[in-house]
Amino acid sequence: MRTRGVLPGFGLTMGYTSFYLGVLVLIPLSALFFKAGSMGPAEFWRVVTHPRTFAAYRLTFGASALAACINAVMGFLLAWVLVRYRFFGKSIVDAIVDLPFALPTAVAGIAMTTAYAETGWLGAPLAKLGVKVAFAPLGIVVVLTFVGLPFVVRTVQPVLEELDPDLEEAAAVLGATRWQAFRHVVLPALVPPLLTGFTLAFARAVGEYGSVVFISGNMPMKTEIAPLLIVTKLEQYDYAGATAIAVMLLATSFAILLAINALGRWSRRSHA
Amino acid sequence: MSAALPPIRSVESRRLAGVASERPWVRWLLTGAALAFVAAFLLVPLALVFFEAFAKGPAAYLAAIADDEAFSAIRLTLLIAVIVVPLNFTFGVAAAWLLARYDFFGKSLLLALIDLPFSVSPVISGLIFVLLFGAQGWFGPFLSDHGISIIFAVPGIVLATTFVTFPLVAREVLAVMQAQGGAEEEAAFMLGASGWQILWHVTLPKIRWGVLYGVILCNARAMGEFGAVSVVSGHVRGQTNTMPLEVEILYNEYRFVGAFAVASLLTLLAVATLVLKKVVERAVGRQRREAPIAGDRIAFALPAEEAGGGQ
Repeated sequence: MRTRGVLPGFGLTMGYTSFYLGVLVLIPLSALFFKAGSMGPAEFWRVVTHPRTFAAYRLTFGASALAACINAVMGFLLAWVLVRYRFFGKSIVDAIVDLPFALPTAVAGIAMTTAYAETGWLGAPLAKLGVKVAFAPLGIVVVLTFVGLPFVVRTVQPVLEELDPDLEEAAAVLGATRWQAFRHVVLPALVPPLLTGFTLAFARAVGEYGSVVFISGNMPMKTEIAPLLIVTKLEQYDYAGATAIAVMLLATSFAILLAINALGRWSRRSHA
Repeated sequence: MSAALPPIRSVESRRLAGVASERPWVRWLLTGAALAFVAAFLLVPLALVFFEAFAKGPAAYLAAIADDEAFSAIRLTLLIAVIVVPLNFTFGVAAAWLLARYDFFGKSLLLALIDLPFSVSPVISGLIFVLLFGAQGWFGPFLSDHGISIIFAVPGIVLATTFVTFPLVAREVLAVMQAQGGAEEEAAFMLGASGWQILWHVTLPKIRWGVLYGVILCNARAMGEFGAVSVVSGHVRGQTNTMPLEVEILYNEYRFVGAFAVASLLTLLAVATLVLKKVVERAVGRQRREAPIAGDRIAFALPAEEAGGGQ
């Protein structure tokens, strides 16, 4: 269907694209791996298995997974409400869902910290219930939920819009309850976009730095995330240490993303 | 609560009750839960930025923005955006032209490379440029011999910001060009137009609405980038501090009005970006409605003609 080489400009666009990607992505990223390779395996292993590093990894991946789960559930609900129901202010809610894409993370960080601090608008009532959000691991989950919020909504929403309500009606006519129709007709169609949204939200959360540094309190072993540890090492001019932590963070998150993608392909095949 | 509603058994009464929807109380409950989530996670931070910025009155707000350091941060941030956005737009158009119009070996690898910055932590995006151009980096000795500074200077901020934001435009341009197809470009080529003429008179007018959001979002992200920039900037006040870094410094010095005043400008930018997204969506939707889908080739020919005729 698409033209193959009819239009002019292949050589130029190929050259320009390769040059841009080479200079901006390939060379800099290879610098990361060369630096890590120059450390020697023993030194590399010592840095990445240090208890403080290990605690940072656990917190980063744990909080990111939890935030992505919250987003999978609440993002799905939000997409459902936006597609299926009518209510006052719907188009404003639909627009504001993209706020985390456009709002700088530092701004989100100071605003969320102020809101969820013990004297804040939301933090004060929560503190009365004995829940500490800001300067605790829970605060990290809250901001990571914020940064990943649009992904699930924006992947599920278009699929849900395309889903024909006739199918659900047919299920109901054939005697299915509303819950059965949802469980067996709607949900299977939405599993692939849900998984995609979850993956994107998770990937975004793992790397997040700007909003977390304000709310977490940054205590080593307790509320210190891996990206912050990289910055700390850099500030001490420990470039090798920073690189080792970065390589491990990248490798682990790619492995997890590949696993989730494989899971998605497997679930699609078993449903088809 | 469900006991209050009469049980629906027959097929006819189910249809009357709207079988493809939930009972009213369920709908209210779900809508309420979704809106509470939106309020707690999106509305509260949004409102709070302005509340805190004006906590000591409009005079304190204006003074905080007119502050010398804040002002130089604003100027630097604008400069970065003015450099980065056109760079990324040019790359986006070139990459999309390549990926949407030709089939070649290694295409999916190229696509994966374009997506890569999405899954790299901003901190690591900054770190890779420090490893290249920093004092201990590959090119560090060469650069210092020639008196060029990249890290802890403006070029480093530009590089890191470009890295973080280029997929935003490239992805958007590619999606639009793939959806619109290349029929008009082929026609122009058959009629004897050169590559540059096709680009200037056919492709760019055709994609301008579709890519506007990508460009605007890239702009917002370029001005708001924090992690990558904070690694390469060196935080020299009045020189290499962008607006987000200024927000951080003011906040850590407990100058909350100042921090939230600068933050409020970035928030306004974010809100303007969201409003513009809605406007673009409406414009694109109108274009599509006016061009009924008759076949994938003809479908987008009409808006292109309309766009060309409007000039």
